Amino acid sequence: MTGSLPRRVLSYLGLAVVAGYCLAPFYWMAVSAFRRPQDQFDNSIVPARWSWENFHAVFSGDNGFGRALLNSLVVAGCTTVLTLLIGTFTAYALARLDFRFKNAVLGLIVATTMFPGISQLVPLLKLFTDIEWINTYQAMVLPSLGFALPLSVWLLTAFFRQLPYELEQAAMVDGCTRGQAFRKIIIPLAAPGVFTTAILTFIAAWNEFLIALSMVNKKEMQTATVAISKFTGVSGFDQPFGTQMAAGVIVTVPLIAVVLVFQRRIVAGLTAGGVK
Amino acid sequence: MTTTYDGTPSAADTAAADGARPRRRDVQGTKRLAALLLSPTLLVLALVIGYPVLAGFRESLYARGEGLDANGFVVQGERFVGLDNYTAIFHGDRGDAFWNAFGNTTFFTVTTVVLETVIGVAMALIMQQAFRGRGFVRASILVPWAIPTAISGLLWRWIFQADGAANAVLRHQVLWTADGFQAKMAVVIAEVWKTSPFIGLLVLAGLQMIPRDVYEAARVDGAGPVQQFWRITLPLVKPALLVAVLFRMLDVLRMFDLPAVLIGVNQKSVETLTMIAWFEASNLRYGSAAAYATILFLYIALIAYLFVKLLGADIIGEARQHTKRPRRNRPVKGKRKKVTA
Repeated sequence: MTGSLPRRVLSYLGLAVVAGYCLAPFYWMAVSAFRRPQDQFDNSIVPARWSWENFHAVFSGDNGFGRALLNSLVVAGCTTVLTLLIGTFTAYALARLDFRFKNAVLGLIVATTMFPGISQLVPLLKLFTDIEWINTYQAMVLPSLGFALPLSVWLLTAFFRQLPYELEQAAMVDGCTRGQAFRKIIIPLAAPGVFTTAILTFIAAWNEFLIALSMVNKKEMQTATVAISKFTGVSGFDQPFGTQMAAGVIVTVPLIAVVLVFQRRIVAGLTAGGVK
Repeated sequence: MTTTYDGTPSAADTAAADGARPRRRDVQGTKRLAALLLSPTLLVLALVIGYPVLAGFRESLYARGEGLDANGFVVQGERFVGLDNYTAIFHGDRGDAFWNAFGNTTFFTVTTVVLETVIGVAMALIMQQAFRGRGFVRASILVPWAIPTAISGLLWRWIFQADGAANAVLRHQVLWTADGFQAKMAVVIAEVWKTSPFIGLLVLAGLQMIPRDVYEAARVDGAGPVQQFWRITLPLVKPALLVAVLFRMLDVLRMFDLPAVLIGVNQKSVETLTMIAWFEASNLRYGSAAAYATILFLYIALIAYLFVKLLGADIIGEARQHTKRPRRNRPVKGKRKKVTA
């Protein structure tokens, strides 16, 4: 479809507005991170002097940011691996097997996503205090399964459904058991879908804040998102914005890189749940 | 016919050709396999969600000993107080705080979801019309989505500083992060920025599945662009949009990170129900925290129920499509009933 010239111009203008809307605040975060601390409140679009000083400040001893990144990696990684291990089988059953209450089970699993984190948190906080799990990784990983597992079962079910059933059936006619058909046919075919689910689950777990904030009161166990929000300045009012923006860039850029590289798959994953 | 797996004729034929006895055994085996495969997930969900719901409700009926003793230590021991935690929430100063948080939560939900939907649909329409550069814009749309909410809270706090970027652009001094209506607006703006691209993405996927000849037919019949939008585009993306809006609503109703980081906890103007419950819990008043959480849970369940019932958001529509019956377009009768149908 080739439109007239004014239509083309209008369309590009529209795209520019959308891209600007999405990118401008992020650009501002990046630019603020690269300013020198003494120019921090300078509102020029491009910093007069570029500097890495804010990034050095992020890793300075007081913040313990390296440890926080590691904590985030452990918590989000464990959540993702556990979720996929458990969720893949359930999703396969929901996509392929026919049994009573199938829709009820799927509905139940979807319904748990509407569950507010806080009503899960209060009893678990009390329980974990009693069994002395506060300031442990499992205290953050287990509650995270509550939102990660329904999400991944939901996505994986959608992906498994898209695979042609005939292939599996042909394998079973040729003498494979259901387990073999699953291992040799479904898993390799579903790998892209599983991978997408892994990315989406990891991002959701990485971005988690409420659980990580509540289950931990020791600095060494904080995840990155919590640690950044607690970076301290001289007084409450004097927030170290430059350092926080630099830390924000460090936490966000790897995610954005992954998201851009696997853009198509992620869009497919996000829409598989909602559309169709 | 329980052996029809996905309704395709080939599956039905082979199953029928197997003969009666193996088929029965297969059904038994399928049942056992299904139970085996489902149980880990259901077990985990029962532990991390089912147990907390029940324990939280029980907790909300209990209270700790009367606060602190003379030395400032929390007095040990719990006692059953019935619905006292609930009645306390609705009375006096705490009643005001509760209704304030309830109002804020509702206000945020309505304003952000309406704005997100309008902006998201507009974004999707712009991207749909694009000749080139759609890939770039789709990539940039994922950026706000990928930024952690807590980080975006900090980012917007920085933008909304008294001498920050927002005021420089507006050429007007607004104290965004002070307690007041402007703080609400700051939260709404930040939330809409982060999530409307997500709606845009889902709607775009819905738009791309509308066959082009529908529009051509409409154009031949003399429908203008506005009519095409209201009569064709909107009704056809409605199922996708409804599900997206429902998930967004449920998400905003439990909002915590953004107002907590952007403005701060215990600020009247932006305190949501989750924040008030969290504040109670962090002060070890578990009983009243659990009562707030239970109220929020019921509120969310009510909204979800009404949304599904009144607007017929078809959350697991795809699942039903795959079980024998063709998709019907009648309003659904509530969630639980619908899924067992």
